[in-house]
Amino acid sequence: MLSSTADHVYWLGRYAERAENLARTLDVQYRLSLLPHQARSDGSGWGHALVTLGLDTAYAERHDAIDPHKVIDFLAFDHGNPSSILNCLRAARENARAVRGSISSEMWETFNTTWLEARVTAPSRSAARNVAEFVDWVKYRAHLARGVVLGSMLRDEGYNFMQIGTFLERADGVARLLLIRLACDAGSAERVAMVHDYYPWSVLLRALSAFEIFRRVSRDSVSPLHVIEFAVFRADVPRSIYRSAQLVYENLQAVANAQSGETERRAGMLHAELRFGTLESLTIGGIEPFLASVLARTADLSDRIGRDFLGHTSPG
Amino acid sequence: MQNLVAYDEMYMADGQVRPHYAVYSEWLSRQPEDALRGKRAEADSLFHRVGITFAVYGEQDGNERLIPFDIVPRVLSAEEWRALAAGLRQRVRALNAFIGDIYHGQEILKAGLLAPEQIFCNPQYRPDMQGLEVPGGIYAHIAGIDVVRAGQGEFYVLEDNLRVPSGVSYMLEDRKMMMRLFPELFSINRVAPVEHYPDRLLDHLASAAPAGVADPVVVVLTPGAHNSAYFEHAFLAQQMGVELVEGQDLFVRDGFVYMRTTRGPLRVDVIYRRIDDDFIDPLVFRPDSALGVPGLMSAYRAGRVTIANSIGTGIADDKSIYPYVPDMVRFYLDEAPLLSNVQTWILRRPDDLAYTLAHLDQLVVKEAHGAGGYGMLIGPTASEAEREDFRLRILSAPEKYIAQPTLSLSTCPTFVEQGVAPRHIDLRPFVLSGRDITIVPGGLTRVALRAGSLVVNSSQGGGTKDTWVLER
Repeated sequence: MLSSTADHVYWLGRYAERAENLARTLDVQYRLSLLPHQARSDGSGWGHALVTLGLDTAYAERHDAIDPHKVIDFLAFDHGNPSSILNCLRAARENARAVRGSISSEMWETFNTTWLEARVTAPSRSAARNVAEFVDWVKYRAHLARGVVLGSMLRDEGYNFMQIGTFLERADGVARLLLIRLACDAGSAERVAMVHDYYPWSVLLRALSAFEIFRRVSRDSVSPLHVIEFAVFRADVPRSIYRSAQLVYENLQAVANAQSGETERRAGMLHAELRFGTLESLTIGGIEPFLASVLARTADLSDRIGRDFLGHTSPG
Repeated sequence: MQNLVAYDEMYMADGQVRPHYAVYSEWLSRQPEDALRGKRAEADSLFHRVGITFAVYGEQDGNERLIPFDIVPRVLSAEEWRALAAGLRQRVRALNAFIGDIYHGQEILKAGLLAPEQIFCNPQYRPDMQGLEVPGGIYAHIAGIDVVRAGQGEFYVLEDNLRVPSGVSYMLEDRKMMMRLFPELFSINRVAPVEHYPDRLLDHLASAAPAGVADPVVVVLTPGAHNSAYFEHAFLAQQMGVELVEGQDLFVRDGFVYMRTTRGPLRVDVIYRRIDDDFIDPLVFRPDSALGVPGLMSAYRAGRVTIANSIGTGIADDKSIYPYVPDMVRFYLDEAPLLSNVQTWILRRPDDLAYTLAHLDQLVVKEAHGAGGYGMLIGPTASEAEREDFRLRILSAPEKYIAQPTLSLSTCPTFVEQGVAPRHIDLRPFVLSGRDITIVPGGLTRVALRAGSLVVNSSQGGGTKDTWVLER
C-alpha cells in the first residue's frame, strides 16, 4: 500500500476517534456541571479539561475567563481551534477524501455526510443547552462509521493502519479523560469509596459507554480506584486503555516491515505492562504519572509509525 | 443575432418528435412538473453525499461545487451513433499517425501541408520526444473529441482533446444517477451500456506497458485533492482498482520508476497521468513544479515506463493545428474525412486576418492555445468595447488566434426553472486507442443552462446530461 495512502487512513482513524473522544469528554464535563454540588460557577472543571487536552493556551488567546458556555463552544464548534470536534470531523473527511479511491464508497459517503451535516447544523447548536444533543449526534455518527468500516472495508494494510490510528487515539483520549477527573478532584485516587464519588465517576463510566458493563461484571462500588482499574486494565471493556494497546500491538504486527522492529517492541512493552499490570503496581508509582506516561508513549509510537511506514522524515 | 433556428435533438422543424425520441417524449409528457422537480432535488442531494464535486479555478474559498445535472437525457439513434463512431475512429487514427510523424520523419512537413514554423515555434512541440519510440506507436491513448451539431444536424468536430481530457466520470455517474432516478425509462428504452469504460481503460493502459512486462503495475497520477478534476482521478483509480498517486509518491532510481509503499519501493510500469506536460518532470519542464516526478522523463525516454497520454500530444490538439486534421486523414490514411471540421480562419494568414477583422461581430475568435472557454470572443454577443479590445489583441499577435463562424449548436430539451425548454449542447465522446480502438457508446453531453448561451464549459455555468445511444 502507498505510504501516503496509509498515512491518510491512519489519520482518518485518529481524527474520527478524536472527535468521538472529545464528545465524550464534553459529555462528562457537561453532566457534572448539572450536579448540585458541582454547581459552583468557578468553572474549575472546564479549566482542568482545557489543560489536560493541551488547549488552555489556545483558549486563553481567544477568551479572557473560563466560561462554561465559551469552553463548550471552543471545544465543539470553534473553527479557530484545530482540535474542535467540528475541525476533527472535517480533518477526518479530508483524509477520507484524499483516499476515497482506496476506501469503500460507503465509508467515504459516511464521513462526507457527517461533515456536511455537522457544517450545516453546528451553528444552530452553538448554545450550551444543545450540547447534549450534539454529543449524542457525534457519538451516533461515530457508531455508524465504525459499523461501515467493519462491514465494508477491505481487510488489508489500510484497515490495519486505520485501527492503529483509532486505538492509539483512544488510549490517549481515555488517559486524558481520567487525568481530567483526577485533576478536578485532587487526592481522589488515594482514597477508597466515598459516597460523593459515586456521581462524578459513574458519569465517567457512562461517557466510556461502560456504566452498565461495570455494574454487570464488577461487584465493587463505584469508586475512583475501581473505575480507574476498570478503564485501564479490563481486556473485555471496549474502551479500556489495555484493550486499545492490545489492538495497536496486533495491528502493528500485521504490517511489520524491515525497519519497524523497535516500534513493535515498544508497542509490545506497553501492551505487556497493561496485560500483566495490577492496580497495586499502578498505585506505587502514582496513577497520574502512569497516565502521563501513556500519553508520552502513544505520542512516541505515533512518531515512530510515521517514520517506519508513512513516509514521514525523522524530526531533526 | 442568429437568423437560423438551431437543430433540435428531439423535435423536427414542424414540431413533430423525432422517431428515436418517441418513447421518451411520450413518457415525459406523462410526468407532472412537481415530480420532475423532486427528482432533480434528489439528484442534487445524492451528488453532494457522494461528493461528485469540483473546485472552480479562481475561487479562493475552496468551496466545492456540483456540476449541475439535467434529468432530461440526450438521445442518439443507432444510425447516428454508427456514423459518428466511424468518423471518430478515423480521426483519432490520423491524429496518432500525425503525432508519430512529427516526432519521427516529419513527412507531412516535407509534403508541404504544414509550414515547419507551425510545429517548431509551437510551445506544444516537445523536442524531448523527437525520435522516441512509444509502445504500439500510440501517443493519445485517451482522446476526448468535442462534437457539435449545427445546420440540419450535421456533426462537426469543434476540438480534439489529446492531452488530459476529462469528464468521463460524469458520463458514468450521470448514467448511474438516471438509472437510480428513473429505472422505468431503461426498461422501455434499449440504452447501450457505458459502465464497462473503466475496464476497457485499464485494458488499454496495461496493453501499453513497456515490452516484456508481464503483469504491469498501472497507476493514476493526480495533481492532488485540490485539482478541479480530483473526483474523476480518484473515481477512475478506484474503478480500475489501481493506486491513485501524487508526484511525491513516486521516485526514479536506477532508471526505473517506483512508488513508496509501506513495504518499500514498488516498480511502476504505466502512468495514466492527469498532469500537464509542463508539470510532469521538474528536471525537464517547469523547474518550479512540485507536482511531478524528478527524473521521470529520463525513465520514459529509456522505455522503462509508459506515460499515457504521451508527452507532446498537445502538438496535435492545438487550435492552430486543428484546421489541418482533415488533411491529415487524407495524408496518412488515404481516406476521405468522415467528420467535418468547423470552418476556421487562421489569422496568421493575411487574407483570413482581414476577413476576420471585418466580421468580428459575426465570428467566434479563440486563442490558439487556450482552453476551457477562457480567452475567447463571441462576436455576436460581445459589446462594442469587448470587440475593440479583442481587435487590438489580435493585431498585436495574429498568429495566436483563430476565428470560426458562430455555430448555432443544436438544442436539447432541458429541465430548467421555467420547465422543459431547449438549451444548447455539445458532446464529448471518449476514444481509447491501443491494439484497437474502443469507444463506449455515448460520451459526455454538456449543456449551456442559460437560455441562448453557447458556452457549455462547467467552469462557465454549464451542466451535464446523460447521453443515450439507443440499440436497435
